[in-house]
Amino acid sequence: MEKVNLDLKDLDLEKLAELDQYILTLDDPVERLINVLHRAQDIFGYLPPNLQLYIARKLNISAAKVNGVVSFYSYFTEEKTGKYVVSVCMGTACYVKGAEKVLKRVLKELCVEKNEVTKDGLFSVKDVRCVGACSLAPILTIGETVFGHMTEEKVPGVLNKFRGEINED
Amino acid sequence: MNSKYTLLVCDGASCKTTHKANLAAGFKKVIAEKKLGEFVSVVKTGCFGICGQGPIVKVLPDDLLYVSVKQTDIEEIVEEHIKNGNVVKRLLYTDPFTQEPVEKQKGKKIYQKQFRIALRNCGLINPEDITEYIAVRGYEALASVLADKTPIEVVELMKKSKLRGRGGGGFPTGLKWEFTAKQPGNEKYVICNADEGDPGAFMDRSVLEGDPHSVLEAMAIAGYAIGASQGYIYVRAEYPLAIHRLNIAMEQAREYGFLGKNIFSSGFDFDIDIRLGAGAFVCGEETALIHSMEGQRGEPTKKPPFPSVSGFRKKPTSVNNVETFANIPAIVLNGADWFASIGTENSKGTKVFALAGKINNIGLVEVPMGTTLREIIYDIGGGMVNNKEFKAVQSGGPSGGVIPKEHLDTPIDYESLKQIGSMMGSGGLIVLDEDDDIVQLAKFYLDFTQDESCGKCTPCRIGTKRMYEILDRLTKLEGSPDDLDILEDLAVNIKNSALCGLGQSAPNPVLSTMEYFKDEYEAYAYRKVKHTYSIITDKCIGCTKCARVCPVECISGSVKVPHVIDESLCIACGACYTACPVNAIEKP
Repeated sequence: MEKVNLDLKDLDLEKLAELDQYILTLDDPVERLINVLHRAQDIFGYLPPNLQLYIARKLNISAAKVNGVVSFYSYFTEEKTGKYVVSVCMGTACYVKGAEKVLKRVLKELCVEKNEVTKDGLFSVKDVRCVGACSLAPILTIGETVFGHMTEEKVPGVLNKFRGEINED
Repeated sequence: MNSKYTLLVCDGASCKTTHKANLAAGFKKVIAEKKLGEFVSVVKTGCFGICGQGPIVKVLPDDLLYVSVKQTDIEEIVEEHIKNGNVVKRLLYTDPFTQEPVEKQKGKKIYQKQFRIALRNCGLINPEDITEYIAVRGYEALASVLADKTPIEVVELMKKSKLRGRGGGGFPTGLKWEFTAKQPGNEKYVICNADEGDPGAFMDRSVLEGDPHSVLEAMAIAGYAIGASQGYIYVRAEYPLAIHRLNIAMEQAREYGFLGKNIFSSGFDFDIDIRLGAGAFVCGEETALIHSMEGQRGEPTKKPPFPSVSGFRKKPTSVNNVETFANIPAIVLNGADWFASIGTENSKGTKVFALAGKINNIGLVEVPMGTTLREIIYDIGGGMVNNKEFKAVQSGGPSGGVIPKEHLDTPIDYESLKQIGSMMGSGGLIVLDEDDDIVQLAKFYLDFTQDESCGKCTPCRIGTKRMYEILDRLTKLEGSPDDLDILEDLAVNIKNSALCGLGQSAPNPVLSTMEYFKDEYEAYAYRKVKHTYSIITDKCIGCTKCARVCPVECISGSVKVPHVIDESLCIACGACYTACPVNAIEKP
């Protein structure tokens, strides 16, 4: 079995302090577990096992409960993501307008599977549920930027924009 | 120089993302440069409902809409329209029927058959400014209820209006409030269900972004009616703009004393807090939603007990949907009789639909109950893209079904949709044309439900997975005719035995498509589906257009001689089909 890292010492102290600060503002952090996890994911980018354990101990609940919640909701991720997360909308409106082809092309361009990070660490790809921007279907989002009316042909150009940003740095 | 103008710039999610840069700021800048500030004001508003043509800018008092407005158009609109009073014709909305530009918003066919209650303020007021909501009689309903009505009278008013839950189930709102109000104890809760997880639906999002105060006001009215002093809005984390606007609205409402202690000096206390969802479709089900709010996995529990008896923190709780709430202030202000005069016998008022798919006017529409699908799709929706043939419309998302051509004239209400194998659902309408493969669509929905199944009950957890596998087998031409019987059998069993609404309705997309498009299922089962394009020799004129666009170069033939597609190489991309000028290409 793959070894699970439960070592709390591997967690960034500054980030933990920020999370602690947030938890202090809550009246009932156990009931607000989902909000705590949202904040933790904002700060750390993802929710690795050792972070889940930290939260469980902090809130005085079982790690199994935290993991149960994390694994239940698709918004939470236990895996490290790329610097840019490419989310291809697979809602119905996007689907009937060819979202599947767009997703395939993105995966092909980046040579990855879904939820896998590219070798350079820049991108990871996931399919998401409807983001409610159906009038722009099919869409993909990278970070907070939305790209509407996508076609297979537009995929390389869109990705290059983000690769370009890195080169300029 | 003309009198004072107002520019309403749509700041809904769809228009906002197409802006890239901020249009409203662009207008303000140009107006300032031209020193026209005293003649024109710029207001950011919520959704106008014609998202497919965004970004939208409306000019008042001219009642005129500019569509697809870009940063580079700002200068021209300000110079020509504001300064010189000339309409910029090239940016006007074009009527899809007459191909004529339309100057007045009211003259648009798309608005003629609509009747706006829930969306009454969307696109007209600035959602981030409470004074604009107050100007359209905002919080007047709450004030009048607190001053003139007892909680029981408010419940009676809702019952008399016959408003039914807009989240899909269609349960009478007044009854729900009555059950909750009658429970003993003084710790009760009002919950607004804003977990709009139905793919292809964005009504609730638009209401929250375009008119958040109407929801807050209605929640306070609900609180007064059932005896709750705390409300919660459970909203998807995927809707950051809606969350942002709600936060602003709550803060402003507290400042004005519309939320908080002793509202309107009536002694009534009520406040609202936000709880975030985290991406689980099943959380739209009210018991699952409540568990999620309590920091648990969002798994549903058996009813009874209903949330009205034992809900959030095991206390009596009324869970209502965003659109339901948005109707309530209007009902209080105009009376129950007014509301009950709109719609059909058993479904009163209006319904907001999100039109998407292969239709010209993608966006939000609000129509009286009893409007037919034909009116929605052709008169309001502007008909099919590229004049393709209408095949079906999918309503109710993963819990609903398809409605084929023969039912286009069915007046829509809760009962009629159920009768034809679909459901109202939250109001997403996905329009399908002749190119869409019905079996693939059913597979798409089953993929969704088996993925979103919470896993608590066996029929849903295992049954939907098996249904998906059968559909997958069929579409890969690896199935057999027996599969059709197994599929139908499974579907009926799951429908009868699953624990919650998600599971019980999960087979609907399959059952309804099997009823209306059995031939397509049979084609897959008997492996008669052709996966490649072919050329009809008699029709081909040998123009070579198809061969030139084919990405895999599988079309051969000389000029003026009928061409041939090598079906072993064809990837069925359809490029040749689109390129052919004489319709000589046959689709798979």
